[in-house]
Amino acid sequence: MKSNLFKQNAVSFVVGLVFAIGLAVSGMTQPQKIISFLNPSNWDASLLFVMLGALGVHLISYPLIRKRKSPLLETKWHIPTRQDVTARLVLGSALFGIGWGLAGFCPGPALTSLASGDVKSLLFVATMIFGMLLFKKTEAHLKLKE
Amino acid sequence: MELNSILYSLLGGALIGVAVTLMLLFNGRVTGISGILASSLAKPNSESLWRWMFLAGMIVGGFFMYQIRPDLFVNVSGRSLAAVAIAGLLVGYGTVMGSGCTSGHGICGLSRFSVRSLLATITFMFFGFLSVQIVNYFLGGSI
Repeated sequence: MKSNLFKQNAVSFVVGLVFAIGLAVSGMTQPQKIISFLNPSNWDASLLFVMLGALGVHLISYPLIRKRKSPLLETKWHIPTRQDVTARLVLGSALFGIGWGLAGFCPGPALTSLASGDVKSLLFVATMIFGMLLFKKTEAHLKLKE
Repeated sequence: MELNSILYSLLGGALIGVAVTLMLLFNGRVTGISGILASSLAKPNSESLWRWMFLAGMIVGGFFMYQIRPDLFVNVSGRSLAAVAIAGLLVGYGTVMGSGCTSGHGICGLSRFSVRSLLATITFMFFGFLSVQIVNYFLGGSI
């Protein structure tokens, strides 16, 4: 099992690498493209085609892979199974959306842009991490069901 | 939109689809970037090292692309540092509260027809649209 853990880590690295290359190739590391996607009066459809490309692959690969009993390097699947719609899901997604439109960054492109040294991506990632920690600190006070 | 731009977006999207496919096939996991980042902030152990490896891969991938195509990383959004800082805070807080972002909900979740992910994706797209419209119509396009 130990060597499998090593292989899993290697796969994770490659997945991160390919994902980041995909984001850059598709133009998603340019925040103005996201802002324009969210603006029909000056529409940039790039994100739509990125989604089509990604979903085009994964809509086919997902059911094929899930026919297997287990993943190649793991004994079990780690796939979310929840079906319940909660206030927390909607409110959290709304807050994310507001921030997304405000900066034109979502987590992936911001992390991919770090190595470019762009000050805005550095700042965004720093406050994003702070926001994540802040949620964990304040979660108990929100009285929102898990 | 130029044809080239459409083709590159489709190609990049397909690469992202291949990446999440590899993660599922080998490790049996969903590639949700906000979830991976948020969980990586906890104390690391050998079971959670894969998250750090994924994040390292993303940064190396970004570095590689920046070396060959620095023009892909030009940020001409015109958003101020204050706006970007607040945006990061909202994205960090919101994605943990909402259990995912564009990758986890928008790509992985939609691919398995998750109702939660569909609702999350519609919600963040709609509020992203509202956010941009408010900046454009009430703040003259700059913030």
